[in-house]
Amino acid sequence: MRTLRQIAIWVALPIILIILWWALTARGASFFVPQPAGLFSKFIDVWMGERLLTDVLPSLGRLAVGLVISTIVGIGLGVLIGSVRWVRWLLEPLLEFLRAIPSTIMIPVLLLLIGINDTMKVVVIVLGCLWPILLNTIEGVRSLDEVLKNTADIYRFKGWPRLVFVTLPGASPLILAGIRQSIAVGLILLVVSEMFAATDGIGYLIMNFQNRVAIPEMWSGIVLLGILGVMLSAGFQLIEKRILRWYYGLKEAANDS
Amino acid sequence: MTTVSQAQAAVAQSKRRYWWHKYGPLTMGVLGIVLALLVWQVYAVFGPVNRHHLPPPTEVIPTFLRSLTLSEFWVAIGQTMTAWALGLAISIVSALLVGLVIGSSRVLRVWTHSTVEFLRPIPAVGLIPVAALLFGPRIGAELMIIVFACFWIIVIQVIYGIADVDKVARETARTMRMGQVDMVKYLVFPTLLPYLVTGIRLAATVALILAVTVELIVGTPGLGHQVAQAQINDSPPAMFALIITTGLLGILINFVTRFIANRVLFWHASVRGEVRA
Repeated sequence: MRTLRQIAIWVALPIILIILWWALTARGASFFVPQPAGLFSKFIDVWMGERLLTDVLPSLGRLAVGLVISTIVGIGLGVLIGSVRWVRWLLEPLLEFLRAIPSTIMIPVLLLLIGINDTMKVVVIVLGCLWPILLNTIEGVRSLDEVLKNTADIYRFKGWPRLVFVTLPGASPLILAGIRQSIAVGLILLVVSEMFAATDGIGYLIMNFQNRVAIPEMWSGIVLLGILGVMLSAGFQLIEKRILRWYYGLKEAANDS
Repeated sequence: MTTVSQAQAAVAQSKRRYWWHKYGPLTMGVLGIVLALLVWQVYAVFGPVNRHHLPPPTEVIPTFLRSLTLSEFWVAIGQTMTAWALGLAISIVSALLVGLVIGSSRVLRVWTHSTVEFLRPIPAVGLIPVAALLFGPRIGAELMIIVFACFWIIVIQVIYGIADVDKVARETARTMRMGQVDMVKYLVFPTLLPYLVTGIRLAATVALILAVTVELIVGTPGLGHQVAQAQINDSPPAMFALIITTGLLGILINFVTRFIANRVLFWHASVRGEVRA
């Protein structure tokens, strides 16, 4: 009963909203607003066929490569900057500036330097996704538990073992929070870079539909983006919960005492 | 004699250490920026990339300084910042209204949870084509995208903030027969404020990014459009100068919002801790 109630509460408002949407557009109210049934069938038509392979997968591939590179570079640099003081002093103002540049504005420049290809999109994604991971890693490394740090010092824990068993696990809650932010940023940058200059991909198709004033098709692309955004964020939350099980357990134990 | 010279050496060392502690970050920071400019210069001149496409800082910085004297440049900044400010203001007001309504009722909070969580991760940039169709290259397109993104950022903070009111404090207030107005003033508002400030700071950064992005893609007048123009005119130094401008604007926004946050939240543990450290 409880779970049933829970589910009812979860789906109630979305269902009401969809019914409202359906009722308001039933008479074909506006040129710009699609009808739910039409949008659904368009969605299947447009995306669940060949385009899944030719446009959706390449887009997701770019996003994945960009995110992996950002994660590796972000954690690597972050650990270095977080643990060595003079490196931190050296790079902090520079990073502060680079981070403040809206990464989308780099797209025209990268277009000149690299050209219209996958590398350009991956670079754009990395330029945006690096910052949340890098900054959170620095913060995580710096805010390591004092007792843990001292214990590791006393046992002469150094180099690789220290990194793998002390530093990275200690910083992992913040690092994962950074990656979660980066996923959202990466999706945005992927779409923008494809909208600005591409020959395939989700962003390119949405823009293409808009130019051809194919309104329902355009909306179906936006819906796909929404679904991707929700799925990526929900999927990563699951992974995060899995990796950080010990951390949540620790927090709960601390709250109980 | 040795002890005296040893003591002197120790004093000198500690003085050096003190100096290093005080001015080290500044010295190293400036050094870092100078080094980065040097690397850029060397790479641009001798690197494998076409020099025309990657101009060295010795070309970009004069272009940037020259643009400071052009009215066109300041107009573009004004246009971007107008969209930024308006979009942010609309988002704050609407998110505050909606967030307060949803947040103050447990039933509403539970019922809207799934919808809010679903709508939040939808990338606002997906709506750029819709905005372009609805508004064309006008400020409305920028506002629509900015508000769609920033509204969710702030509204969620507001909902969390209200929900975070300390149980004991609330019950104490109720036992003391505190009135509704005082309750909001002394209990809900101070709890909400740090969340709201965090949301606004995040939204301020996002709003700038989105303003520039919409200008770039839709062609709304502003800095982003200027970059696209510079690309069409084949003028990389101008593009880099504009990019530096947006970076400086981003830093300025960050700085101002941090300043305001510290002022407004001077009593909060996060700010007091910063001062002590």
